[in-house]
Amino acid sequence: MSDASEILAPPSPPGFYEWLRKNLFSNWFNALLTIFSLVFLYLALVNVIRWMFFTADWRPVTGSPLLFLIGQYPRDQLWRPGLSLLICALLIGMSWGVWERYVKAFAIFLGILLGVLALIPLETPTITLVVRAVFLVCPFLIFGGFWVGRRSGVQGRHVTTLWLIAAIFILLVLLPGLSSIPALPVVPTTAWGGLLVTLLLAIGGIVLSFPIGVLLALGRRSSLPVVKLFSILFIEVVRGVPLVTILFMFSIILTLFMPAESRIDRILRALMAMVFFSAAYTAENVRGGLQAIPEGQVEAAKALGLSGLQITSFIVLPQALRLVIPNIVGQFISLFKDTTLVIIVGINDLLGIGNAVLNLQPDFVRLQMEVYLFITAIFWVFSYFMSYASLELEKALGVGER
Amino acid sequence: MGENQEKNEPIILCKDVHKWFDDFHALRGISMEVQLREVVVIFGPSGSGKSTFIRTLNRLEEHQRGQIIVDGIELSHDVRNIERIRMETGMVFQQFNLFPHLSVLQNITLAPIWVRKWTKDQAEEVAMQLLERVGIPEQARKFPGQLSGGQQQRVAIARALAMQPKIMLFDEPTSALDPEMIKEVLDVMIELARSGMTMLVVTHEMGFARGVADRMYFFDEGLIVESGSPDDIFNNPREDRTKLFLSQILHH
Ligand SMILES: Nc1ncnc2c1ncn2[C@@H]1O[C@H](COP(=O)(O)OP(=O)(O)O)[C@@H](O)[C@H]1O
Ligand SMILES: [Mg+2]
Repeated sequence: MSDASEILAPPSPPGFYEWLRKNLFSNWFNALLTIFSLVFLYLALVNVIRWMFFTADWRPVTGSPLLFLIGQYPRDQLWRPGLSLLICALLIGMSWGVWERYVKAFAIFLGILLGVLALIPLETPTITLVVRAVFLVCPFLIFGGFWVGRRSGVQGRHVTTLWLIAAIFILLVLLPGLSSIPALPVVPTTAWGGLLVTLLLAIGGIVLSFPIGVLLALGRRSSLPVVKLFSILFIEVVRGVPLVTILFMFSIILTLFMPAESRIDRILRALMAMVFFSAAYTAENVRGGLQAIPEGQVEAAKALGLSGLQITSFIVLPQALRLVIPNIVGQFISLFKDTTLVIIVGINDLLGIGNAVLNLQPDFVRLQMEVYLFITAIFWVFSYFMSYASLELEKALGVGER
Repeated sequence: MGENQEKNEPIILCKDVHKWFDDFHALRGISMEVQLREVVVIFGPSGSGKSTFIRTLNRLEEHQRGQIIVDGIELSHDVRNIERIRMETGMVFQQFNLFPHLSVLQNITLAPIWVRKWTKDQAEEVAMQLLERVGIPEQARKFPGQLSGGQQQRVAIARALAMQPKIMLFDEPTSALDPEMIKEVLDVMIELARSGMTMLVVTHEMGFARGVADRMYFFDEGLIVESGSPDDIFNNPREDRTKLFLSQILHH
């Protein structure tokens, strides 16, 4: 008896040295590789750190951080982007409370980052005490929002609704202003720039293109010939054209045919171009998912008496979307990075501001490395958290899969 | 309509039903009458049109000639009629076709909630009773992928029953199952037949047919070759094709 139980006991996990020997030094060649890699990593790290802290000249970044955040937004109206940031911080906190596994990492990162920005001892005249105070309040708002969002009564749809209301308020009232409200003088979007515009284009593009793309994908399979033809034409034409061309079309050609007074705002035109472009690709991704759903699913639903709309929304779409989440998130990350193309139609997004800052002072011109690295880091952080959320979503949806 | 049915008015009436897939003549004039509470078994070689026929009864396939009247409602292009007939007929498929993204309970309550407009509590109560009846109440919160084939098919039966249909259609419900799971599904079907459900069952389980069928239909090449009581079919088949087919499936 005791013999058998000894045999059945699971093997004990390997110790640290055992692991090292097995994975890194299993033969002389691997040992050599390991040592080379370690030396290389060490040298690279030392040099990067030395460069970052001693050689690099970060003045273009530290000298005008507000430019990177909001572009030329009038400095006497700073309270408006400030209030927007506070609202967003609160809602990010609530999102953390409600969708913990997707938002937690980003919310904590953002809270720490803003806290550090508030307290960092940098001599930058544009970062006034008030600005620092706003940054400093953010981590507390995030945590307060988290505390509210965790209460059992608060659900995802509440937070989604709040986000929608907040987005409409911020983007249509608070930031652009209204001529009818003296306290909110109009700020033309030509003054908007930096991260504000990048996020506006990316998030707006994602949020608007997703439902349109899903509708196009369904339209492409519609039994109504007109709907089907329209969807196919839209998808194929847009996919056959580079994003740059679509941006140009919306920015220049559209204005040629429109009387000056009814011209659509410039950022809105760029946003429309991004939405068109992204919707066509979303549609193709979703179509792939739709095709993968076996006909038996639809037949079973029909046999139960469900209507066509019910079958689509309860049976087909949920399964199809789950299949294509990785593709769609990948596509959204691309879209986020593609927002940098709006430079060519004269919009100062993050990258545009970076270019502008390099020309601010003659001695900044040689500091491209610093500026572009800074911008790269920002893009990377956002992309990383998007991938992170997508991986978590895949894991969550994997439950109960065949 | 159905309640005041006279004794001999059939709940399903098919007259000269034809169906083509492009040029292929899959159903070549099927006529059949099924009375309330009758259990009908349809059998025949693969490709003989059994599935096609049973699927025309709830309009998963459209027939192109002839007449189909279910519970007094004629199947036509009228969408309202199709909806009403689908509410009165449940269907169980060879491949189960459970919804993999929904729990067992959600699979069963979806249609009662959205088609019959029951409240969630009402639907869940009925669902639990049905799971009890098919013998797997403990699986309610699981997902279809976590169940064995036999359990999945029993959930599929419960799902169809939840709509409280007057007629149940079965298309080879045990053909995709491992042998040791066939019995648990057949037992549920036998219980259902004894409870008085009107059933049309495509199957080659001749034990089941002998036990509960009132009538049997032998299909070949889109036609009904022979029909009769199980006793007639098993003991005095008239047609050679029936004899040959029966000898093939019974001697294995
Ligand atoms: N959707 C379809 N398109 C074309 N042919 C079909 C289709 N469905 C069935 N058939 C053909 O119709 C015939 C009858 O099929 P089916 O009713 O599935 O037979 P059974 O269920 O008796 O095995 C077969 O020859 C099959 O190939
Ligand atoms: Mg078949």
